[in-house]
Amino acid sequence: MKTKIAIIGGGPAGLAAAIEAYDKGVKDVVILERDSLLGGILNQCIHNGFGLHTFKEELTGPEYAQRFIDKVKERNIQCLLETIVIDISDKKVITAMSKERGIFTIEAEAIVLAMGCRERPRGALNTPGYRPAGIYSAGTAQRYVNIEGKMPGHKVVILGSGDIGLIMARRMTLEGAKVEAVAELMPYSGGLKRNIVQCLDDFGIPLKLSTTVIDIDGKDRVTSVTLAKVDEKMQPIPGTEEKIECDTLLLSCGLLPENELSSQMGVDLSPVTGGAKVDESLETSIDGVFACGNVLHVHDLVDYVSKEASEAGRHAAEYVLGNKTKRSEEVVNISTGNGVRYTVPVCVRKDRLEDLLTIRFRVGNVYKNPEICVYLGDKCIQRRKKQICAPGEMEQVILKKADILADDGAKEIKIAIETN
Amino acid sequence: MKYDVVIIGAGVIGSCIARELSKYDVKALVLEKASDVCEGTSKANSGIVHAGFDAKSGTKKAFFNVEGCKKMPALSKELDFAYKNNGSLVLCFSEDDIPKLEELKKRGEENGVEKLQILSKEELLKKEPALSKEVVAALYAPTAGIVCPFNLTIAMAENAFVNGVEFRLNTEVKNIAKEGDSFKIETNNGTFETKAVVNAAGVYADKIHNYVCSDKLKITARKGEYCLYDKKVGNLVSSTIFQLPGAYGKGVLVTPTVHGNLLLGPTAEDIQDKEAVNTTKNGLDSLQKTAAKSVEAIPYRSVITSFAGLRAHADTDDFIIGESSVKGFYDCAGIESPGLTAAPAIGAWMAETLSKDLSLNKKENFVAKREGIKSMALASKEEKEALIKKNPLYANVICRCELVTEGEIVDAIKRPLGATTLDGVKRRTRAGMGRCQAGFCSPKTLEILARELNTDMTKITKHGEGSEFLSEHKSL
Repeated sequence: MKTKIAIIGGGPAGLAAAIEAYDKGVKDVVILERDSLLGGILNQCIHNGFGLHTFKEELTGPEYAQRFIDKVKERNIQCLLETIVIDISDKKVITAMSKERGIFTIEAEAIVLAMGCRERPRGALNTPGYRPAGIYSAGTAQRYVNIEGKMPGHKVVILGSGDIGLIMARRMTLEGAKVEAVAELMPYSGGLKRNIVQCLDDFGIPLKLSTTVIDIDGKDRVTSVTLAKVDEKMQPIPGTEEKIECDTLLLSCGLLPENELSSQMGVDLSPVTGGAKVDESLETSIDGVFACGNVLHVHDLVDYVSKEASEAGRHAAEYVLGNKTKRSEEVVNISTGNGVRYTVPVCVRKDRLEDLLTIRFRVGNVYKNPEICVYLGDKCIQRRKKQICAPGEMEQVILKKADILADDGAKEIKIAIETN
Repeated sequence: MKYDVVIIGAGVIGSCIARELSKYDVKALVLEKASDVCEGTSKANSGIVHAGFDAKSGTKKAFFNVEGCKKMPALSKELDFAYKNNGSLVLCFSEDDIPKLEELKKRGEENGVEKLQILSKEELLKKEPALSKEVVAALYAPTAGIVCPFNLTIAMAENAFVNGVEFRLNTEVKNIAKEGDSFKIETNNGTFETKAVVNAAGVYADKIHNYVCSDKLKITARKGEYCLYDKKVGNLVSSTIFQLPGAYGKGVLVTPTVHGNLLLGPTAEDIQDKEAVNTTKNGLDSLQKTAAKSVEAIPYRSVITSFAGLRAHADTDDFIIGESSVKGFYDCAGIESPGLTAAPAIGAWMAETLSKDLSLNKKENFVAKREGIKSMALASKEEKEALIKKNPLYANVICRCELVTEGEIVDAIKRPLGATTLDGVKRRTRAGMGRCQAGFCSPKTLEILARELNTDMTKITKHGEGSEFLSEHKSL
């Protein structure tokens, strides 16, 4: 089959991209989703707090997803469910597989990558110890509790203070489990402040910073884990070991954009985010292939995923409608200054700039009273004070086209964190 | 009910013996304490088909290794398990050690290993550009290979089962008594009477042996820790890379696996607890340090899992194979490396010995061929289409990392001696063996297991009783 825009993934990013592409005039859009439901990971996020920015109200994950699913339905956008994409060629030919259709191909004029991310597994942490039942990534445990209605354990230690880990600390507690501790390797949490307050503090669950799991015991099922403090080099400090009896270890140690398909098709990936390198139009290194949401970089709030994804949908529509100028070689790179881990996008093309340019990024440490500074060449074009910047919260700056174009010769925009 | 032969242990040795024995008219039974075959040493090793130059000439290790290595290519086709003839290199880092390489080569030739060759530094770096520049020379063994240890074992066991050998899983031997010409084997699942016993109990072979024999045996568990790396770095080396061997065996190797991952390991440490398959910080650290001597730029960040296995080391430093001091009681003990390679040859030898001692006749209707689970990941487009057409479950991908479908998982459960645990599905299909290490697929695999076994998800285990994943909510 043929389509104007194919969207890989029917989670929050894919849904928002599809709706926007449709509304911008491209009716021939198809969403490919491997699950039997649209909505992606939101389906298992039954806690509230979604949509504060988008809808000015607190929704649960499934409710938030439903708002977008309804819009997709209203527009009669084609959704191929239980359909897994197994390959995309650099010519934008998608090979997919489903029970109904077998193996089939879709030739797309533009593609929006919206495959989301997955959790870093225990193996990647190389934590020593046994390999019994009872070790789950936090998201897997969330699925067991919220979708399957089963308990993955009763006495729990959580390693990593990412948002899913924090949410699961509360969820497991509400379901009657005892959460003994949340251990975090870094000297700060990787999650949102509000989640630390609402999910740990409110339930008296200790957050142990600069602490990691150094051993897992239990031959069949977890019987205990041993925690230890770590020094500045993240190495366990002898004498600080603490053995905690438990039957479950949940891991919330980071999320990895799921870019196997992108990398197979030859999209340039950033070693920092694991996501595609994109320009101002969220277009990847392959013409007409766009990326958005957690497959591009891991977001903190789904509201920002939706926003970014609708931008990607709009750019894809403009590309298909021929409203986009061809990409010139002349680019202004966006570089990471002090304290900034990465930026999305990584570059802009002056001839394709719109009135406002949003640059999203994350910092690599906790900064109190910092200033977010934007330099164009040597000149500072924006300086904004903040109370705090932390790695768990995504930051952004919005630049005016006029400011960027003011210096004709500038080849670089730099974002940096400055503190006194 | 009396058996001709009871084999204790359904690891690679027990399974190979069972399969070879099933060529005869025989009433045979395999007892296994774990919930599945391939649950001990056979599931956690290097997966190497050794050429056969390591063991001293004249030893059982040398004989069975070379024989096993020769059998492997044809056997992999007959029983449909993954095998690749990738060759091996033993690296030498000092001019002074070159005589040791030559000694190995000579020993190999005495053992009957063919085509051994010493390569110069230039030849080596051309063949394997990722090798350390410190390398001086190496012994190249073109006949060496890599094999899937799980499916070698499972294929043997399945084929034995199809040919009439009985298997009792979750059945642990508690005692053996000889009464007249027969043995009574007490287990947690009843008592079994047999004319002959084959002890293939891995690290517990001493316990089994000592039930019956007055000359006591001691098997030491020698732990080996491993790190497994993502497939994206699986082509760092194409051959299996050893260093010149030391006192504790063949040292740390760097190898591609037959499925395309990169494997580092094993360490070697003698331990007391024969169930201690835990990895340790020291072990993993020393492993990576030693491997770095062979290969530059080990991609440490691409590690996807680490694991440990226990070798069954006998004090004699050789395999103990054959009839013991007690008539009718046969040992296959101390089967450490190159045990996996040797297993098919040990199986054939044991079956022949038993057939003579028990006057068994060859079976006429022996089914030699076994068809494995069809892999969608490896199938061509046409094969994929045909599989889906026949059974749409082959279009439902469960494990995304390894592209394993519901069709394959259902086959793994439904086939002879099928999987009943998550680890059993994993070893048969590779679901959960990829880079996300079962994060996404385990809930779905549990659901499929529960459905196909007609039970509840809370009853499904990782590797047998006590390793349940889920429970019901506690009532408040």
